[in-house]
Amino acid sequence: MNRFPLWKYVLIGVTLVVGFLYTLPNFYGEVPAVQVSPVRSSEKADTALLGRIESTLKTAGLSSSGIELAGNSIKARFANTDTQIKAKDALQSGLGERYTVALNLVSASPDWLTAIGALPMYLGLDLRGGVHFLLEVDMKAALEKSAIRYQNDFRTELRADKIRYGRIAREGNVVSVHFNTRDQRDAALNKLGTVFTELIFTQEDQAEGFSLSARLRPEAETKVQEFALQQNITTLRNRVNELGVAEPVIQQQGASRIVVQLPGVQDTAKAKDILGRTATLEIRMVDEQADPIAVSQGQAPFGDEIVPSREGGTIAVKKDVVLTGDSITDASPGFDSTSGQAAVHLNLDGKGARIFQDVTRENVGKRMAILLIEKGQAEAITSPVIRDEIGGGRVQITGMETAQEASDVALLLRAGALAAPMQIIEERTVGPSMGAENIEKGFHSNIWGFAAVALFMIIYYRIFGLFSAIALAINGFFLIALLSMMQATLTLPGMAAIALTLGMAIDANVLINERIREELRNGSTPQAAIHAGYDRAWATILDSNLTTLIAGVALFWLGSGPVRGFAVVLCLGILTSMFSAVTVSRAMVNLTYGRQARLAKVSI
Amino acid sequence: MLEFFPFKKTIPFMSWGKWTTAISLLTFLFAIWALWHQGLNLGVDFTGGTLMEVRTSQTADLHAIRGALDKTGLPEVSVQNFGTSRDVLVRLPAKHGANAATTSNTVMAALQTVDPAIELKRVDFVGPQVGKELYDNGALALLVVAFGIMAYLAIRFEWRFAVAGMLANMHDIVIILGVFAFFQWEFTLTVLAGVLAVLGYSVNESVVVFDRIRENIRKMRGSTIPEIIDDAITRTMSRTIITHGSTQLMVLAMLFFGGEALHNFALALTIGIMFGIYSSVLVASPLLLMFGVKREHFIKPIEKKEEAVV
Repeated sequence: MNRFPLWKYVLIGVTLVVGFLYTLPNFYGEVPAVQVSPVRSSEKADTALLGRIESTLKTAGLSSSGIELAGNSIKARFANTDTQIKAKDALQSGLGERYTVALNLVSASPDWLTAIGALPMYLGLDLRGGVHFLLEVDMKAALEKSAIRYQNDFRTELRADKIRYGRIAREGNVVSVHFNTRDQRDAALNKLGTVFTELIFTQEDQAEGFSLSARLRPEAETKVQEFALQQNITTLRNRVNELGVAEPVIQQQGASRIVVQLPGVQDTAKAKDILGRTATLEIRMVDEQADPIAVSQGQAPFGDEIVPSREGGTIAVKKDVVLTGDSITDASPGFDSTSGQAAVHLNLDGKGARIFQDVTRENVGKRMAILLIEKGQAEAITSPVIRDEIGGGRVQITGMETAQEASDVALLLRAGALAAPMQIIEERTVGPSMGAENIEKGFHSNIWGFAAVALFMIIYYRIFGLFSAIALAINGFFLIALLSMMQATLTLPGMAAIALTLGMAIDANVLINERIREELRNGSTPQAAIHAGYDRAWATILDSNLTTLIAGVALFWLGSGPVRGFAVVLCLGILTSMFSAVTVSRAMVNLTYGRQARLAKVSI
Repeated sequence: MLEFFPFKKTIPFMSWGKWTTAISLLTFLFAIWALWHQGLNLGVDFTGGTLMEVRTSQTADLHAIRGALDKTGLPEVSVQNFGTSRDVLVRLPAKHGANAATTSNTVMAALQTVDPAIELKRVDFVGPQVGKELYDNGALALLVVAFGIMAYLAIRFEWRFAVAGMLANMHDIVIILGVFAFFQWEFTLTVLAGVLAVLGYSVNESVVVFDRIRENIRKMRGSTIPEIIDDAITRTMSRTIITHGSTQLMVLAMLFFGGEALHNFALALTIGIMFGIYSSVLVASPLLLMFGVKREHFIKPIEKKEEAVV
């Protein structure tokens, strides 16, 4: 009666092999590596880049123990951290600013393991060291910013139609226009209502006149907020690229928050500085009279400034600012309708459009530059030639070679500045030494706890105790294998959860063993006792595990950060323990005792 | 055969009902008093604020550190040693209005004037609104877990079992919180996770006993309910002690090797495990009796069928 059909043994064998394989990468440890990835998302890491990295390293006299292309980055492994740092410097200067060169650690497991997708567990920031930021986007400011734009737009539109108006005031995100007569207001409502369909207009008759107030429709408000959040995420991504972090995480959380995780970053002051930086855009005229040789030597003519250009080289621009980035309401990539060339379409607000029209009228044939200014450093993103007078605030910039380049420029124009101010509302920094210490502590807790439990089980239940201890160890392997397969984040509380689930998993074996003893005491034959013990204990095991599972699921649902890591491991541990404690231990018992028809005594 | 509890006779647990209930009530009231009188020492996770852990190159001169921090003008800075003499914990309350995110930079700069080789080990900065959210979510999680387990027990057993099991476990939770309040141990997110795990875990204990009670109700036809419960507890006693002993071994390993970060977590679990044993045996079962559990609650359907045949 205590025999498994062959397929059960095979199934258990297969799960054991798979479990073992996926646990394996965790034992190989990690080797230092340098990760190279393109700064612009449009560019790809390819074999050409791989070749360049190889030759750069060769000329620097550094030998890599393996260079591989993974996703959109290239990782080169090195024997020690010394060579790694030298290689980073060599690659940084050799490849230029178009690539992010970051220090990283990669798994030292053999290639065939990586090929079957067996990776080491993904360690949380508290184990590997790094910074976690939670940023809150000031949505009120985003809405007010858009209201200010409407204030300007209203002025332009009303002027264009020669509708007389009084004061245009803004209170929070409500813009109100005052008129002397009802007719003026009606005309204005007619005009503004057709142009700005995303607004709700309300009219009010006051003693001193007639007023028209406008505010965004709720759905348009959500759109403004979503846009602000997306733009801030894009900006953050660009800035983080500059920090040279190997695997940054930048994610939206909820409606108004952004999570930024920077593993391995030690200089948190610098990280905060870069994340919180305010960048501005400026449109200025290029000085066409400047002597190109003087410019290339860095000598600026009077009233000019020499800035590097993203298109290569340097250009001289006038110090007078034509427009600031605040006037740009949107930038999107597209194509020129007549020539089919790649282009960027800009939308300017009312005031910006007026100034732009005046400037372009007077400067046809000349070049203007769009500058991105960060930390006092200006850089020309693009410097197109003005072909015609441009009115209406809709600007098209051509001269980009590819559609990809156009979308890069559009992104920079949009992302150069933050859509709305952000504030850090949570920070968790763990120093690198602390991370290593935490791993050690978590590991020791587990290993000593397991040793104590296993020893006790073997003394108390003898052979059955040994089976239980082996089943418990297998449970540990299964848990690690599952965590590695799912690439779930392992945190210090998660390591505590591994210890806890191991302690709780033994419960199932204790229940079974106690039942078997009881059946023996009641006079059952050993075979019948084993059978009844496993059978009867199952319902209890299921019940008791399910209650813990409920707690685990609730923790996962409501928990954040470290607590979530705890919950994931708790839930997975319960699932693996039900399999290992019941099925795997039974298989061992069946293999040992199941074939003996006249079993007189069991060691329990 | 090695046995810790070779009970041949059933132990009359239920006849001690008065005493055990009195003891529970006293500890429970003590816990409530501690919570009410002293309150939990909530960590920055819940209150908001900044917590920094630094390691100095030599034995930390707390006096000099305090002096340097006073000069920054930051209010209510607390500086203390923890763990070794080189490990220092700096705490700052959440300031209103000020850009608190830069606080840790200011503190670090001040500390570097005292010890240039000082090493930053950890920073936890939690804004007040985030702290409040974590607090609310924690409380909500506690409720969800409690009701989830109760619903499960009600479906799997009977409402009397569900309520008895839940009350016994809430009693454990209140006692854990009470002890944390009494000793003013810091209550962090990790501790909360431990408390919730205890809630799920110590229900296990009640489930095992309840399972036995249900089985006995069907088997021991001639016995009274108290006898049935006594028998169930006696027979699961050995398993109870061994299981909890094993879990406690793991928790002790965490207490000794897990360092500062897991210390309070392990403490919460230890209290939870101790009281978990006690409450599921000596609180849940008397409650079950009090609620008037009857044989018919479990074997009614079968009897009905028999009557119909007769």
